[in-house]
Parts: sequence; structure tokens; C-alpha cells
Amino acid sequence: MTERTYLRVREDMPPGHVRTPAYLRGKTGWIERELGSFPNPEELAYRHAGTPTPLLRVRFSMAEVWGDAAENPQDTLDAEIYAHWLAPAEAPHAT
Amino acid sequence: MGGTAAGPVPDASHDFALWEKRVDALLVIASSEGHFTVDGLRRVLEDMGEEAFETMSYYERWISSVNQNLIEAGVYTTAELATKMTEVAARGPTYGEAASD
Amino acid sequence: MPHDHHDHLSPSGHPYRPDNDHPLTYWQQMEIAVRELLIEKGVTTAAEISAQIDAMDARSPTDGAKVVARAWTDPAFREALFADASAATREMGFDIGPMRLIALENTAEVHNVVVCTLCSCYPRNLLGLPPDWYKSRAYRARTVKEPRKVLAEFGVDLPDGTTVRVHDSTADMRYVVIPMRPEGTEGLDEEALAALVTRDSMIGTGLAKAP
Repeated sequence: MTERTYLRVREDMPPGHVRTPAYLRGKTGWIERELGSFPNPEELAYRHAGTPTPLLRVRFSMAEVWGDAAENPQDTLDAEIYAHWLAPAEAPHAT
Repeated sequence: MGGTAAGPVPDASHDFALWEKRVDALLVIASSEGHFTVDGLRRVLEDMGEEAFETMSYYERWISSVNQNLIEAGVYTTAELATKMTEVAARGPTYGEAASD
Repeated sequence: MPHDHHDHLSPSGHPYRPDNDHPLTYWQQMEIAVRELLIEKGVTTAAEISAQIDAMDARSPTDGAKVVARAWTDPAFREALFADASAATREMGFDIGPMRLIALENTAEVHNVVVCTLCSCYPRNLLGLPPDWYKSRAYRARTVKEPRKVLAEFGVDLPDGTTVRVHDSTADMRYVVIPMRPEGTEGLDEEALAALVTRDSMIGTGLAKAP
């Protein structure tokens, strides 16, 4: 297995249109794949051009996302998250 | 809404009515013409809030958002919409009578 | 016919579509008004709207089933599909438009299931419009947290040893699941195989049918 690059989702809770699900904020996952750049939807939503922004598929363990409430800690959740929502991180304890 | 508690997944389904298909088509056409983006559609849907989710059907929410986006884009004005909706209502009580074609 | 009533016939003598003979709702009035304004403003035409509806009506899970059957039988296509599903399906002749598609492979070890918690993103240009349950609050809320319970409601019971991968379709990608090829299908051709591929098996809430 190649080394995982871990990223943590920002915990911000701004009002308005964002594409980062609330249940993933503050959670740490690893890059599943990089998807290239897409216009920032938070700008598109308000009729602006949309700055090209890298989009990544990030994989989280269910243990990381739901803690003890996870149905099966080994299962995973993948989501597409824009780079400005992500910061470098250490591997979480749960994985 | 990911992760919130909810009951069983409903298994009822329905065939789309013509007016629902038209809403879908208007969205695809108006967004491909550059009058708004899918994110603009979603932004208005989200701003409508939880109550709309409970009280309006899927395509009712969509036409509401499509309309809001088209007014914001300047495709037509609120006054033009108001005049047109009054005109449509005056044609008759059913969809078949009120549709112009 | 016994169900015919004169007041259900349009002036042309044809029955109205089912939605045509109920009192118009406010939102239906809005649809008519918006549509007519878009035509008057030259944004679109009645013909273009009809063509768009026809194009969407023509799309259905049978399109996706053909992609799955080909992936089961053609190793080169399978490889191309997992490398770039948009290009591979376009190559097959499907009009998927600008859709960015990712194919997810179900195996004995991994079961993929797709949800959109933020709205109702769905590979509509390949599979047609999503089923009502896919857009429901219950499916969107629960699939990311208790996918195994949701799958069990759909009749899919997975062994503990199988990893469930939930894909939340949050942004610009759309997903199609390539279900496992059922046992006992060695002799079947692509067409017979495609008939085993259900819509739900391509969302991940079902399995391909046994022959």
C-alpha cells in the first residue's frame, strides 16, 4: 500500500451555499484521488465566475466520521472536497 | 442532512408528470444557455429552508429556484412574471386549459 | 372504453395527460409562466423544450446496463472504464454531455453504494432521472451513517468481511457502480447479461440478478 496523505476538513460553519457536508467538518481522511481543478461552486452559486479550485476525493473511515456510533468502523466514506476546505493533518487514531 | 436520524427509506415511486419534466427541461436549457449554474439552483433550494422541504414537492422547489435564478440573472422581471402568472390563471383551472400549446 | 369521460378529453379529442385534469397549483402556474417567458425572451423554443424532454425520457438504466455488461465481457473496455468512465461511455455512443463519471467496482471484498447528501446528484445522463427514494430525506440522511441497515432494507445483506464504501456525490463527479457478475453466467452474451443489471445494482442498493 502506498503511503497515505492525510487531510483535515475545516470546521467552519459559514452560512450560504457550500459543498462540504457538515458531518465531515473537522474530520481527517486521506486522499483517494485528485480530480483536477473546477470552478469554485461557492462563487458560482452567487453568480461569480468561479476561481479554478483543486477538487479531491477524500476517504474517511466510518470510525473517524462517527466514532463509537459507527455501524462498522472498517467501512469507509468518500466525498469530493475542494482544496480550500482541507489542511494537512496527521493520521487520526481511529484508523 | 447526512447522518441525521430518519425512518425507513420510502419505496413508493411515481412517474414524472409532464409539468415536472418541463421544469427539468427548463433547468437544463436555461443553465446550458449560461443564465445560471447548478450551484445557483442549489443555493436557492438551501435558502428556502427546512419548511419548504416538508411542504413542497421536489419539482415545486425546483421551479421556485429556477424562477428566482432567472429573475436574478435579469432574464425577466418580477413584474413580467406577475403579469404572466395572472394571465395563466385566467385561462382556466386545469393544466390542459392553461397551457398555451 | 369504460374509463372515458367526455370532460377528460381535450378539445382535440385526446385524453389529457394525467396531470392535466386537476386544478392547477400555484407552482404549475409558475412553470407555465416561466416557460412562456423564456420562449418570448428568445432563450428557448417549445420545440427545444420538447426535444430536451424526449432526450431525458430516452435515457434509462438500460443504457447503464449495457456499460456494465460490456465491462463484464471486454477486459480492455473494463480497464478503460475504470480509468475514465466519461470517455469510455462516450466511446460506447452514450450522450453523457459534460458529465464527469467515475465507475466503482463491486467485488467480494468491497461493496460500493452512492448517495448525495447535499441534494440529489445522480448520473442522469447515463441512467435517466433518479428514483424518488434516492431523493428522500431518509436515504440521504442514513446512507452515510448506517449503510448496512439501509442496504438490508433494500434486501442486500453483506457479510461482515465485506467493506462497504459509501460515496457521497458532493461536487462535480457522478458515480456508477459496476455490480459483481452473477455466478452461472459464463455462457451468456452481452445482451443477456445486460438484462440482469438493475438500476439499483448500479446505485449500489441492489445486486445484479441471477440468470
